[in-house]
Amino acid sequence: MKRIYVKEEWCLGCHLCEYECAFANSGIADMVKALKGKTIHPNVHVEDCGDIHFAVNCRHCKDPICVHSCISGALTKGEDGVVRIDRDKCVGCLTCVLVCPYGAVLPAPDGHAAMKCALCTDNGRGEPNCVKYCPNGAIVFEEREAAE
Amino acid sequence: MKKYDYILIGNSTASVAAIEGIRSVDPRGSILVVGDEERFVYGRPLISYYLLGATDERRMDYRPRSFYEDNGAELRLGVRAERIDPAAKTVTFADGSAAKYGRLLVATGSRPFDPPMEGIESVPHRFHFMKMADALALEKYLSPAARVLIVGAGLIGLKCFEGIADRVGSVAVVDLAGRVLPSILDETGAAMVQRKLEEHGATFYLSDSVARFDKDTATLRSGKRIEFDILVTAVGVQPNTELVKDVGGEVARGIVTDACGRTSIPDVYAAGDCAESFDIASGTRRILALLPNAYFQGHCAGVNMAGGSERFDNAAPFNAIGFFGMHVLTAGVYEGEAYVEKGEKTYKALFCKDDLLKGFILIDLPERAGVYTAMLRERIPLSQVDAESLKRSPGWNAFPAEMRKARFTKEV
Repeated sequence: MKRIYVKEEWCLGCHLCEYECAFANSGIADMVKALKGKTIHPNVHVEDCGDIHFAVNCRHCKDPICVHSCISGALTKGEDGVVRIDRDKCVGCLTCVLVCPYGAVLPAPDGHAAMKCALCTDNGRGEPNCVKYCPNGAIVFEEREAAE
Repeated sequence: MKKYDYILIGNSTASVAAIEGIRSVDPRGSILVVGDEERFVYGRPLISYYLLGATDERRMDYRPRSFYEDNGAELRLGVRAERIDPAAKTVTFADGSAAKYGRLLVATGSRPFDPPMEGIESVPHRFHFMKMADALALEKYLSPAARVLIVGAGLIGLKCFEGIADRVGSVAVVDLAGRVLPSILDETGAAMVQRKLEEHGATFYLSDSVARFDKDTATLRSGKRIEFDILVTAVGVQPNTELVKDVGGEVARGIVTDACGRTSIPDVYAAGDCAESFDIASGTRRILALLPNAYFQGHCAGVNMAGGSERFDNAAPFNAIGFFGMHVLTAGVYEGEAYVEKGEKTYKALFCKDDLLKGFILIDLPERAGVYTAMLRERIPLSQVDAESLKRSPGWNAFPAEMRKARFTKEV
């Protein structure tokens, strides 16, 4: 399946992906209205390590530990390979947050559920907004083979 | 007598995981699942969230209603397995019927265990809190005037408290231990959780126990008396190991299996709360009665039952438990050198030994906690990462570039 990969040598650390993610998932058509004066809660996070920067979001693991650990069956891996969370079933226990090796499942700001990236398949965008608007091509969406 | 390629005894997490494990290898073999609860499979830890109103019976389904049909598994509910015959490879059920198996999974879970308590038979309304039937029975007696006594300040007792706190008049909690959640928290963490629960109306009687019950009154060893209308006992659990034990299979505290889920009896596997795991954090065999662990065990057993190859050899205790919006995440054992950050409302304690992260406690610091869990489960040496940075803040920026590359530039 196509996944998001990061080229850390190209990442400027500008954090624009975080804003584009929050905008894409806001349900609001106007970016200014969606973000101005608000604390954003994106599914992608830029980590900084001196001069190195890289964006982290859900890896949609082949064998997703978050899905296996979910106590309510709210997390599933679809036939398309996308790991999704059903917020209606989620009780916010945060077991998924505790087990995700990438720190890519996050507590939702309302405190009652977890949230995560669904590759913009759940917000009408059709393709990952963070990738689309990365100014330096540091995030890509493509097929790659498995790690050895 | 009908023969199935696979019979799964028990119908909770481990059993569902086994079906998924079997089907990842064998799409067609016949599967029979028997469960003694007359209820579609649900997430057992959700029962407190049900009483809290955070979920309901429909949303508690652990898998879609079509799960068994989709996986070609026959489901028989309200059926208890009485005994197995490893020579004939049969299971006999409580209704007298029997079936023949190719491979068998014992996923029988555990049951409440109450130590002898004087006068407990005189208490009219007493409950356990392990399954949905317990929650529904308890719910009938909840009322704004009800006085509840919970014996046991562990995970079960305190989640029960959270579930009922706003639906009853008062709740007293008694525990022999000197702190709440003694199995997963140190004194600092326990004091924070206790304060949170007290803010929501709990009254604790710690380092104390019930000497005698007399209908609606409990007299404690300290001499204190507690009057109550409803009693919940959450003192301990006992693994359901009899099916294996009765035929000479190896049982310690729980059913003993290898890393493939095999018991000492040929073609009999075990998974879930009835079975032990090798805990890599403590280096001991023990029962890890936690839902994710049941899934990992069950899936591994299922794959191996179907002729595939999977090992589950990195079990460790990890808990995510919340109370009234406070999130407590813990893992491993609390041995070795401690790194502690105590905030006004947050607490972080990491325990490092032998160049490994052995355990941690995080209160209201959930973000990226999984990076710590990965360090622990994957036994990544602290000397391979920027340990000081990692202790301050969990993240992949503490890892060397080549480790990041291995995980972030390929499918994982």
